[in-house]
Amino acid sequence: MKVLMRSIFRALVGIGALSILVAGTAQAKVDGDTIILGSAISLTGKYSTNGIHAKNGYELAVKKINETGGVKVGGKSYKLKVVYYDDESTPARGAQLAERLIKQDGVKYMLGPYSSGLTKAVAPVTEKYKIPMVEAEGASRSLFTQGYKYLFAVLSTSEQYLASSIALAAEIAKKNGREPQDLKVAMAFENDPFSLDVRAGVADDISKYGMKIVVDDKLPRDLSDMSATLTKVRALKPDLLVVSGHSKGAATAARQIKEMKIDVPMIAITHCESAKVIDKFGASTNGFLCPTQWSETLSYSDDMFGSAADYDKLFKATYSGYKNVPYQAAQASAAVMVWKDAFERANSFDTDKLRDAIADTDMKTFYGGIKFSDAGNNTAKPMVLRQIQNGKLNVVAPSKWASHPVDWPRKAQ
Amino acid sequence: MLDNLLVLIQAPVLNIQLLLDGVLIGAIFAMAAYGLALVWGVMNVKNLAQGDFVIMGGYIAYTFTKFGLHPIYALPVAFVGMFGFGWLVYVTIIRRVIGKDLFTSLLATFGLAILLQQAMNLIFGSDVQTAESGFQTRFFFDGMVSIAEIKFVALVLAVGLSAAVVVFMKRSRMGQAIRATSQDARAARVLGINTDRVYAFTFSLNSAICGAAGVLIAMIWVIQPYFGVVYSIRSFIIVTVAGLGNLTAVIVTALGLGAAEQFSAFILGAEFQVASVVCILVAVLIWRQIQQARKRQVVE
Repeated sequence: MKVLMRSIFRALVGIGALSILVAGTAQAKVDGDTIILGSAISLTGKYSTNGIHAKNGYELAVKKINETGGVKVGGKSYKLKVVYYDDESTPARGAQLAERLIKQDGVKYMLGPYSSGLTKAVAPVTEKYKIPMVEAEGASRSLFTQGYKYLFAVLSTSEQYLASSIALAAEIAKKNGREPQDLKVAMAFENDPFSLDVRAGVADDISKYGMKIVVDDKLPRDLSDMSATLTKVRALKPDLLVVSGHSKGAATAARQIKEMKIDVPMIAITHCESAKVIDKFGASTNGFLCPTQWSETLSYSDDMFGSAADYDKLFKATYSGYKNVPYQAAQASAAVMVWKDAFERANSFDTDKLRDAIADTDMKTFYGGIKFSDAGNNTAKPMVLRQIQNGKLNVVAPSKWASHPVDWPRKAQ
Repeated sequence: MLDNLLVLIQAPVLNIQLLLDGVLIGAIFAMAAYGLALVWGVMNVKNLAQGDFVIMGGYIAYTFTKFGLHPIYALPVAFVGMFGFGWLVYVTIIRRVIGKDLFTSLLATFGLAILLQQAMNLIFGSDVQTAESGFQTRFFFDGMVSIAEIKFVALVLAVGLSAAVVVFMKRSRMGQAIRATSQDARAARVLGINTDRVYAFTFSLNSAICGAAGVLIAMIWVIQPYFGVVYSIRSFIIVTVAGLGNLTAVIVTALGLGAAEQFSAFILGAEFQVASVVCILVAVLIWRQIQQARKRQVVE
């Protein structure tokens, strides 16, 4: 009897699973005149702030595309819609939800999650089902060394984040009649994949110029104190201090640089914006160099959003509560634009044709140029370096995009 | 590594800086560890939500700054508020796990930790926050040594609070009852001590101390809903090294480990800051093992 019950139960479960599968494929990728994109993104958990920025970016682009005639495939106009799931900022959940989007909901076109870690978890799933994914928030270099064929990223990869600060230091040294190889560099990077990628880019450039590394500390993930590192910096007087450790690293560094009055002529830190260091630490942050993927003052533009400044205005008008538009939102919008462009060039809903169309992308957007390497990362857009000058972030490098000259040397305040 | 050691020898004032930083940091850790030792010793409950209580205190300070108040005023509010919160947690959760096996209390407090983290994330968001105190930094030895006034204030407050708790434990009726319960709960009950109230008070006192520590931490470093685990782990390390039932040892250990941390971060690099503390823990445990083995032999 028990055995019979169990087998009936199993059969029922089997039928249930099968019907979900059938329903899933029936719902499919294109629903009437709507193309369905899918994304698992962090709406709760530790990445929720930036996850929500990214979602707003996706939504703004979807809205704009739908308002301006939609996506034209085969002479017909389609609207876009994104299905979201909350990955709770955990990679395991992200991978699970990607499976669910693809297998149950029948989504064939994916947008990325937030952060390199989550993208790393989702990419193997989309790769397995040969579903193209255009992501905007995973910058880790290691994402593009796995030979993934269906992963494309619109943002600059992590090793470029602070490399430009080394070039800038060399440039300034030459201008002042010093040799770049005489420069001393202090580095403090969090011990996590992203920050170590940033470090790798910096270290490459340091050895290119023959500069000397005097401090090379790796901050533990659970550390909110770097006073020992800064004591070393004070003793060894480097010409350049570079720090990267997400928002926590930026906030900790800014706080303790202020507290200990660390006087280094040049300081470069990632995540100044997301850590809101200007609001929190005021004038003491003047002179910090902060890399960014995008800035509303850049002279990029396209036909849909107009210039970077127009995007900035539209975003602030659409979503209340933003004093500055985070680049996480801008690049998310750019990812949706890549999909629209690919659909129209491929003129098809076939995922393999679409993959090839995405790979051939070569477009100019308000977010910058987008052109993918064979590995899938965007090679047409540089990282820009902004400097905090009188409480404002001004673009100072590379010189092609600079709106203000760099303040050097920085004065401890 | 040798380079860094040379720097210390050439510029000996830096030793003072590291020592000071270490002691100041240690004083804060001592508070969280002290509370943990209290709960562990008296109730035999290992509170994994210890660090999250600390972060809650930090958010109280942060909320004060949002309303334009100086965060130092949050100290008494956090102390009293977290005392009440601790009582609530005791009545709803901890009371049910006292006397159960180790894993029940670990699981219950671990669950509580997750709950608190998520609640703080929902209320305050996942951004890193600080409570700016506006205190200045003092410089000595041509600016080679700096002490942030806030760290000094924190040290004074931490020492004052610890002293108050020690006196309280020694002198007051409740303190005596707590100590009696920790020595033998059954005997204490037989002698008319309401152990349930003692437990509730102990747990609340712990969470109040954590809250106060959190206020100081928000003024010195940065807080985020998920940073609690750092303080939980650090408290466990300190209590394990110091041993239970010796509150002075907890404070001395915390100060010592704080200094050890700073020196190892300077000489070996920041990546070894926490690692060196854990190494000391392992060394202490091995040493204790040897000592106990010797004792056992003597008994035989």
